[in-house]
Amino acid sequence: MSGAEVDRLVTMANQIARFFESQPGDGAARATADHLNSFWAPTMREQLSEHAAAGGSGLSALVAAAVPLLRPARTDAPG
Amino acid sequence: MPLIKEADSGTPPSAATEVVSLTIDGQTVMAPAGTSVMRAASMMGTAIPKLCATDSLQAFGSCRLCLVEIDGRAGTPASCTTPIADGMVVRTQTPKLAKLRKGVMELYISDHPLDCLTCAANGDCELQDMAGAVGLREVRYGYDGANHLCAEADESNPYFTFDPSKCIVCSRCVRACDEVQGTFALTIEGRGFASQVSASQSQPFMESECVSCGACVQACPTAALTETAIIDIGQPEHSVVTTCAYCGVGCTFKAEMRGEQLVRMVPYKDGKANRGHSCVKGRFAWGYATHRERILNPMIRRAVTDPWREVTWSEAIAYAASEFTRIQAAHGRNSVGGITSSRCTNEETFLVQKLVRAGFGNNNVDTCARVCHSPTGYGLKATFGTSAGTQDFDSVEHSDVIMVIGANPTDGHPVFASRMKQRLRQGARLIVIDPRRIDLVRTPHVQADHHLPLRPGTNVAVLNALAHVIVTEGLVDEAFVRERCDWEEFQDWAEAVAAPANSPEASEAFTGVPPETVRQAARLYATGGAAAIYYGLGVTEHSQGTTAVIAIANLAMATGNLGKLGAGVNPLRGQNNVQGACDMGSFPHELSGYRHVSDDDARGVFEALWDVELDAEPGLRIPNMLDAAVQGAFKGLYIQGEDILQSDPNTTHVAAGLAAMECVVVQDLFLNETANYAHVFLPGSTFLEKDGTFTNAERRIQRVRKVMSPRNGFGDWEITQMLSNALGFTMSYSHPSEIMDEIASLTPTFAGVSFAKLDEEGSVQWPCNAAAPLGTPVMHLDGFVRGKGRFMLTEYVATDEKVGPRFPLLLTTGRVLSQYNVGAQTRRTANVAWHNEDLLEIHPEDAEQRGVRDGDWVSLKSRAGETSLRATVTERVAPGVVYTTFHFPQTQANVVTTEYSDWATNCPEYKVTAVEVALSNGTTDWQTRYQAHTRRSRRIAQPEPAE
Repeated sequence: MSGAEVDRLVTMANQIARFFESQPGDGAARATADHLNSFWAPTMREQLSEHAAAGGSGLSALVAAAVPLLRPARTDAPG
Repeated sequence: MPLIKEADSGTPPSAATEVVSLTIDGQTVMAPAGTSVMRAASMMGTAIPKLCATDSLQAFGSCRLCLVEIDGRAGTPASCTTPIADGMVVRTQTPKLAKLRKGVMELYISDHPLDCLTCAANGDCELQDMAGAVGLREVRYGYDGANHLCAEADESNPYFTFDPSKCIVCSRCVRACDEVQGTFALTIEGRGFASQVSASQSQPFMESECVSCGACVQACPTAALTETAIIDIGQPEHSVVTTCAYCGVGCTFKAEMRGEQLVRMVPYKDGKANRGHSCVKGRFAWGYATHRERILNPMIRRAVTDPWREVTWSEAIAYAASEFTRIQAAHGRNSVGGITSSRCTNEETFLVQKLVRAGFGNNNVDTCARVCHSPTGYGLKATFGTSAGTQDFDSVEHSDVIMVIGANPTDGHPVFASRMKQRLRQGARLIVIDPRRIDLVRTPHVQADHHLPLRPGTNVAVLNALAHVIVTEGLVDEAFVRERCDWEEFQDWAEAVAAPANSPEASEAFTGVPPETVRQAARLYATGGAAAIYYGLGVTEHSQGTTAVIAIANLAMATGNLGKLGAGVNPLRGQNNVQGACDMGSFPHELSGYRHVSDDDARGVFEALWDVELDAEPGLRIPNMLDAAVQGAFKGLYIQGEDILQSDPNTTHVAAGLAAMECVVVQDLFLNETANYAHVFLPGSTFLEKDGTFTNAERRIQRVRKVMSPRNGFGDWEITQMLSNALGFTMSYSHPSEIMDEIASLTPTFAGVSFAKLDEEGSVQWPCNAAAPLGTPVMHLDGFVRGKGRFMLTEYVATDEKVGPRFPLLLTTGRVLSQYNVGAQTRRTANVAWHNEDLLEIHPEDAEQRGVRDGDWVSLKSRAGETSLRATVTERVAPGVVYTTFHFPQTQANVVTTEYSDWATNCPEYKVTAVEVALSNGTTDWQTRYQAHTRRSRRIAQPEPAE
């Protein structure tokens, strides 16, 4: 991915985390991960995970905390 | 079916529940109190002669033809203006009445051209009918007296002609403009013999305030106001009831035909969304169906730099299928996807998503709701449990307070706006939250109690400030909240919005709305009675679009404005079937009925019926597809009835994404802007040429009926079916009703829907199932679909799109009345007479600082791109804000909009773009290059001559 494409994923993920960060309780990382699992295609989740593994430049602390909770792509998809 | 002539009871029905008994012509009649004698007579089948009365308008009592005799009453009262009374004895036919009526008709006819045989209204003229009804045989006064027979016709409007020589000055047109449409453009000018219908200040119709809705034409009992098509073609001979293909109001029309030629579209009185009204688009702007630019033959090309080559359907379908197959083999299953159309039918949309999920084997399917109301789906599902508005349109008749947020109904949803204005004229109070001074803020006989002219991008701050006032001033409907909502979540929310940072005083600094205005609006909304919120894309198309929808839902729950008539949360949907497209599973994460693809039980039902394994992971959204294309991972796209190059944000990025693909298949009526990057063009069909259903903004499922053969040869559902079959996933529907049957079997909220039921009932609103066999007009009556209503916190987060020295103005975009979306349809009609280019609205202060005068060419530049268009200097926009539409590809307003989007749904932030405006000499280099590119892209190779 190019820098611009990474930046876009980072921006989107940070936006999502910012919403759940404002919700009451301490489940923001879980809620952020749930949102990403529900609405992001596996390739986008993988790209985000790879970026986080590479240092996660630009990612908010909450996104960084959510990344380990991302679900790997289900393997029961049609071949 | 034969030509439908709807019964006209003369006056509107009475809403009274008390029943009155009277005798008319010796028969006993029971009718609600307040009913007119004329209407009561019609209930027993007696048509009292009339001219100025029609049941869409209040009684007027001017024509003196509907006189009756009533025992115990002096004279001969007009039956239209006389309410029934218990024990009343009425006679509608007596020698005295016959003499009076004949005398009246003699007077009318003495000043009316006797050209019935050559008159356009011959056979459809109430004056002609009444002459017959009263037995007129002679006119004792002759025809040589002073008359209006030489009055000049006004042919300025492209769709209808006003011929004053045929006018009987019954005022039906004037009253229709006032009472039904609410524009008040017409009046009766002069007195006595000099009385005549006048548009605005005796101006031609096109120069007047007339919005060409057609209500006056429909109301006219003679040929004074006649559709140009009727004059040109003649009277229709049969009609078919169908649904308009423009906005999300979903007006029902009679398509009046001669054979397969459409003569006119007439709003159907029994249409439950429009109640017999129409707008300039649905009523008149259907000529695109036969426009010369319509593409009727399939075309393919290897490269987008090649000219198009016309081919057979089988060759085009085979080529598209082979390309998708090749791409998936080379780049993986997820390298292709599809976009469903919000302009096509539910059945067609369902088939496209089925093709993607089952044929392509992935969930890379999306729809134009991505760029309009996707935040509505997320926000209302999260709070209420259902991704749709809560009310039917009729509900507005019970509203005491109407709050319009980020919507411009008089332009975007004009027929519903007319109904809304009717209620406002009856005394409902109005709050408008919009950066622009939209027409509703002040229009004849309607004035907003409060207009909150917020800075673009601050919806959430204003909504939080309203909530702050409601909570801190003790205006919460605690009983409702305790019974219907999660109390703990409410308390969290109440505590958050009560924080001083959310007060109107604190937020004024960035919203720009005076605090006292916010406070008054909040008090009115919370305490003014049944309060309804209507909102549009001015809410959703923001980086906090979903947050704003949630904030709206919070307000309605906190004030108990849900689950009852007159209240509710009502998204005004943009396109005709955008609600349906969402319902049908067009989003990459949801199957039909809003069930997540990871739900094994829900997915299993589809897998069992379709006999195929489905992907349990969400697919790519449109912007994700384009990003992936630029990255090189996404290579093929099937687009049915959308023009993403013109409608989606950041045109340059969209073009880059499309250009990076190896196979783009566009199925449309015209070579649209997206087709400039297409390799296969499959000619689509219009709504007139196929059967199916649309679902409007109030969840109303309505029939679309085929009135003519598809000029391209196939309905869009047939084309998708051919493509699917060529891909190896078999579809074998013989009629769209079979597709609806499948939808019903797979979708719990549609379980009770079938074409047979729709034909029987006219329409139903989902959920329609065993629990609600006739549908659900108002949702959440006794409880929320999700159980307890869910309050969620809505922290205001300023958009990253900031004004600064380079880009000091905020651009917001929208639409105008006469044009629709990307204009593909309306630009190819006479509607261009009203609006033939995108204009930039700019405040006089901003214009003066830049030396811009009305009509000047200006450049509009953002960090994403630059375009040029002409300016219109107006105080409709606030200083610092500019506005334009996106109807014309010559302008390509989305060259300027950016990639910023809603956090939850990626709905683009169309409504906030930092821009600069400067004088220019005309089109930009980009526009010039793009127009040249368009010309090259649309070349069609001429077939080689036969040997």
